[in-house]
Amino acid sequence: MIIDNEYEKANNLGPYTEKQGTTMTGAQAIIASLEAEGVDTVFGYPGGQAIKIYDALYDSKKIKHILSRHEQGSTHEADGYARATGKTGVVIVTSGPGATNTVTGIATAYMDSVPMVVITGQVPRSIIGTDAFQESDIVGITMPVVKHSYLLQDINELTNTFREAFYIANSGRPGPVLIDVPSDLCGMEMVFDYPADVQLPSYKPTVKGNARQIRQAVDMIKSAKRPVLYVGGGIIASHSEDELLAVAEALQIPVVTTLMAKGAFPASNPLNLGHVGMHGSYYANHAVTNADLLIAIGARFSDRVTGKLADFAPDAKVIHVDIDPAEIGKNRLPQIPVVGDAKVVLEGMKDLIEQDGDFQPITGEWLTQINEWRDDHPFYSPGVATENGTISPEGALDLLSEMLDPADSIVTTEVGQHQMWAAQHIDRDIPRTFLSSGGLGTMGFGFPAAIGAKVGCPGKEVVCVAGDGSFQMNIQEMTTASYYGINVKVLILNNSRLGMVHQWQNLFYDERYSETILPDLPDFVKVAQAYGWQAERVEKPEDLEGAFKRLLEADKPALLDMRIDPTENVFPMVPAGAPLSDMFGYIKVGPNGELIDERKEEK
Amino acid sequence: MRHVLSVLVENKSGVLSRVAGLISRRGFNIESLSVGPTEDPTMSRITITMEADDIAYEQITKQLHKLISVHKITDLTQTAAIERELVLFKVHVVPEKRNEVIEIANIFRGNVVDVGKTSLTIEITGSEDKLKGIEDLLRAYGIKEIIRTGLIAMSRGSKVS
Repeated sequence: MIIDNEYEKANNLGPYTEKQGTTMTGAQAIIASLEAEGVDTVFGYPGGQAIKIYDALYDSKKIKHILSRHEQGSTHEADGYARATGKTGVVIVTSGPGATNTVTGIATAYMDSVPMVVITGQVPRSIIGTDAFQESDIVGITMPVVKHSYLLQDINELTNTFREAFYIANSGRPGPVLIDVPSDLCGMEMVFDYPADVQLPSYKPTVKGNARQIRQAVDMIKSAKRPVLYVGGGIIASHSEDELLAVAEALQIPVVTTLMAKGAFPASNPLNLGHVGMHGSYYANHAVTNADLLIAIGARFSDRVTGKLADFAPDAKVIHVDIDPAEIGKNRLPQIPVVGDAKVVLEGMKDLIEQDGDFQPITGEWLTQINEWRDDHPFYSPGVATENGTISPEGALDLLSEMLDPADSIVTTEVGQHQMWAAQHIDRDIPRTFLSSGGLGTMGFGFPAAIGAKVGCPGKEVVCVAGDGSFQMNIQEMTTASYYGINVKVLILNNSRLGMVHQWQNLFYDERYSETILPDLPDFVKVAQAYGWQAERVEKPEDLEGAFKRLLEADKPALLDMRIDPTENVFPMVPAGAPLSDMFGYIKVGPNGELIDERKEEK
Repeated sequence: MRHVLSVLVENKSGVLSRVAGLISRRGFNIESLSVGPTEDPTMSRITITMEADDIAYEQITKQLHKLISVHKITDLTQTAAIERELVLFKVHVVPEKRNEVIEIANIFRGNVVDVGKTSLTIEITGSEDKLKGIEDLLRAYGIKEIIRTGLIAMSRGSKVS
């Protein structure tokens, strides 16, 4: 994001709002700053040191506030809003516990590079450091998980601080920025003078990639026999999905995505191999393992993707494109590093490919091999019913995927088995339609993120795929959805287990199920009804389609408590720290086309 | 390998904690650190000495560059630089041995800055090698206390870091 003064002038933003030059309080200036940044929605929760800010907010005609029932809910809501819209999510909370409750949400956004501005009330400057009531050093507490933070000390720095915070949050590699505002500043008078630009001599993200390196990269890609594009959330952050598609198709290169990049490349495109890593597809993991060239774009070689790092794409040369120079060479040394914005670099590649003219892709054999792997080892899905007559989680999510319009729906997930099943079985064709906590792995993220996504994209169907464990971590946000009529849908894959940990105990800890067997509590249907939701339970595969229909057609928030067999595990799987080639529990297609399920034997 | 980093930062509260926190969070150990304002009062310079191999060093400088408050990083181990540290030694010395110890201090161009009934306090500035040399000699008498400022460094010639 670059500050566009022409746009701001035309839309009465930045220094061109009607409030520019008027005298107001610090609190009013905070609201005026948000308006100057074009913010129309904020998420938050008031409290003692935030009263003045909320008092000023009371007068705003431009900003809608969504009151959560817990500040963690607010941060995930702002995060979901940001992921769904690409705009910066904004949170306002009070000092002390209000501020500390935002920490998990800030860390979640930081790990997944989501633009967010978090405004925390603080005790008056005169009593900072005295262990005052509801005082916490939130700048200190959040230092490791913010892109930048400010403790506002001087009323004259207020407008510059907000301008910088929004610029930093949504430029370069996006991330959360925190502004801690002592409440005495909120009461002081000032002349509102929103700056036209930022003065940040030390912050100049490299957007344009080095031309020579891009040339070398294109040559290396063209001469590769077994190339794989390994793409991450950077494609979505930089809006470079069209350029990615153009390059992949022109050179006929298969694409594997990280969890963060689901939707960056259409699921329906035959070059898409799905996601790579611990629970990725057999063919994605085998393609990477056998590749001679890996083109990593906006991805960071995370341990959940690579497995044992030394054996990740062991024969491949690496081209690594990232806007964050610190990601390049952090986990894997590339042969060609390109620091730059994915969109600009991919555009550069596309232009070179076009200029070069006639090119016959040489990846035919490679794609044939990959397609064999794909045909021989698909994801397991028995349809909606398992052989025991229970609802199959894989089949259920295949069905949900079919019932959702990929262009007009957003799926969020919590964290655990259901998240991996959703990643495997729900198809996404466009960016910003699959929202999941990839880096931090935050249980409790998906439901409030769905609320935020629905607020940002009211025209889209928003479904949160949840587990019975995760959903309870922010269950209080059901009020938020009912009160504002935020029409989200929650599908709980209920196995009365902390399923993913249970799975590891099943496979690697001698079936010692320490603290992962949950009671069949609460009655989610009754809880949802108590919050004013539509809700039902489904236990039989034959009832599933009707239940999904009622869930999706509900004209208010709705929940479906879908019971699945507690012994279901997510496969295929790569054990933690093992090479991707150690993947087990995959499906084989037998000589007569029959599916051979080796999952149980391979425990 | 030992690295001496000269880090130019905004002279604002909390910046030192951002820099030091980042280094420790990423699993590196700071051997010595000194900080003070520069010729420009809005900027401070942090001099950090640390052990890191080349890959780790590259990663830590890249991460430091990402801090908005960090303006410039120079690796003074890679260029000709003057390194200095000031150390105060409080040495256990009985009156009969005073002259011996003063002699040692003089050889190392140290100054005796305080005398007690059974002690001498020596102030000495220099490079790590020189300070190590005098410390070894003084240990024979018994060192009661050592205080060091931490290393500071500046590139030689007209170039500024």
